[in-house]
Amino acid sequence: MSGPSQSVRWEKPHSFALKAAEALQARFGGAVLESVVFRGEVTVVVEAARIVEVCTFLKLDPDLSFEMLSDLTGIHFMDRDYEYEILYHLYSFRNNARLRVKIRLAETNHAPTVTGVWMGANWQEREAFDMVGVVFDGHPDLRRILMPEDFEFYPLRKDFPLEGHGA
Amino acid sequence: MAITREKLDTGGEAVTINMGPSHPSTHGVLRLVLDLEGEVVRKCTPHVGYLHRGMEKLAENKTYHQFIPYTDRLDYLAPLSNNCAFVLAVEKLLNLEVPPRAKAIRVLVCELSRISAHLLWLGTHAVDLGALSVFFYTFREREILYDFIEMLTGTRMTTSYTRVGGLARDLPPGFLDQFKTWVTRFPKELDEWEALLTHNKIWVERTKEIGILTVEDAIDLGVTGPNLRASGREWDLRKVEPYSGYDELDFEIPVGTVGDVYDRYLVRLEEMRQSVRLLHQIIAKMPDGPILVDDPKVVLPAKDNVLKKMEELIHQFIIVTESFDAPAGEVYHAIEAPKGELGFYIKSEGGGSPYRLKIRSPSFVNLQALVKLAEGAMVSDLVAIIASLDPVMGEVDR
Repeated sequence: MSGPSQSVRWEKPHSFALKAAEALQARFGGAVLESVVFRGEVTVVVEAARIVEVCTFLKLDPDLSFEMLSDLTGIHFMDRDYEYEILYHLYSFRNNARLRVKIRLAETNHAPTVTGVWMGANWQEREAFDMVGVVFDGHPDLRRILMPEDFEFYPLRKDFPLEGHGA
Repeated sequence: MAITREKLDTGGEAVTINMGPSHPSTHGVLRLVLDLEGEVVRKCTPHVGYLHRGMEKLAENKTYHQFIPYTDRLDYLAPLSNNCAFVLAVEKLLNLEVPPRAKAIRVLVCELSRISAHLLWLGTHAVDLGALSVFFYTFREREILYDFIEMLTGTRMTTSYTRVGGLARDLPPGFLDQFKTWVTRFPKELDEWEALLTHNKIWVERTKEIGILTVEDAIDLGVTGPNLRASGREWDLRKVEPYSGYDELDFEIPVGTVGDVYDRYLVRLEEMRQSVRLLHQIIAKMPDGPILVDDPKVVLPAKDNVLKKMEELIHQFIIVTESFDAPAGEVYHAIEAPKGELGFYIKSEGGGSPYRLKIRSPSFVNLQALVKLAEGAMVSDLVAIIASLDPVMGEVDR
């Protein structure tokens, strides 16, 4: 029996994504809290209050040009000093690069909306609101999207049981 | 169908009608609330979620392998494609590279799915606009494809064909020869259907200049797949982020110029031809060898060994009950599914289940474009627009 197969395919970080992370650091300095590379993917954690500014910069800067918000999602935590993470998966056609931007919310479930930056954030933020209960301030139409309108809970919160409540 | 009437301040008499969720032309359980002025749609408000099964919550409580059957039920018209997309993301997390034969078979099933999914789209799209005969032709071919899928996986729709590290089973004997016969014959069928539609006056008038999606709006909304390409952006994940060996294959990306219903029709038709091209190449150079990685901590041991060796039995037991121990970290991997970018985001805290799994489904994101395209459209054109965006509700609602 031979050992586990080795692969180096995902180990090299995307050079342009690294450059984008550096550009963010240079532009926003202290607002960039953390920068991680895993399996070649670059993740940048920024201050929640600055997210609209960061996204606008990433989208409109002619070199970076992260034109597409590929995905937006929320994660709920119960055992950390922050309660929510909101993730923005960005894509740049010009550089064929992906970048993951994150914000963390502690003692609040409010985050600024990025619907002003990408139209597509509308339904994606509605879904994150519906699933983990993060309220996106300034969203034009923040309603539940997958769950019924009168549903009281946020099913992807970690304290929501798999079997659901009631029934 | 519930109808309410109220006066809008546009001056005209406005009617609000409810279309769906059980309406043949909404392609599944999509419900649209339409504010109409005469026959013109002033506002379209989609209501989704009727098929929400909480897959992402379930994923947090299942091992990675146990989640594969759930992916069958995303885009249920291309389950094989979803199976591949999910395991590719898990393999990225584990940093696994599967053997060449497994890669080639994955390409084969992904392209087979693409044709099968596009056949359903074409048939139902044509029926929606009154061209009933095309529906029978595409469903006849689709039925043959389901026979091939059944040969491969033992089932027609809920395939669960992939495994983390490879595939559930190898190609059955004689599969490639039979499949090659079909792949060779199929383009002639396509030509025949094209003769029925592409220059058909009714078809052209119902689709040309209808539901134009500009490339700027498409990108701003995150629209991907044939819908984006029809709007004029040459972008296909098989080219820009190749996986499973697509970079070694020869194919082209069809691109539209106008972004109307007609362009989306032309693009998908050509995509089927390109899939045929890919399938010919894959059949011609199908490599031999194993279909699973040789990593006993990840893949199940061969059944024969489980019955004879204590160690293998223990391995089987551990992998089934606890699963493999994935490293902590987060990955996103996307493939070019028939509808567009199908991505899986996995956040792992270690162990056999994801801490959080997000399914980035192309239909959910693409469907948002409907709000924009419906504005100012006629109700009858709305039917064409929905069909041309090709949403699958299993994937929208997850």
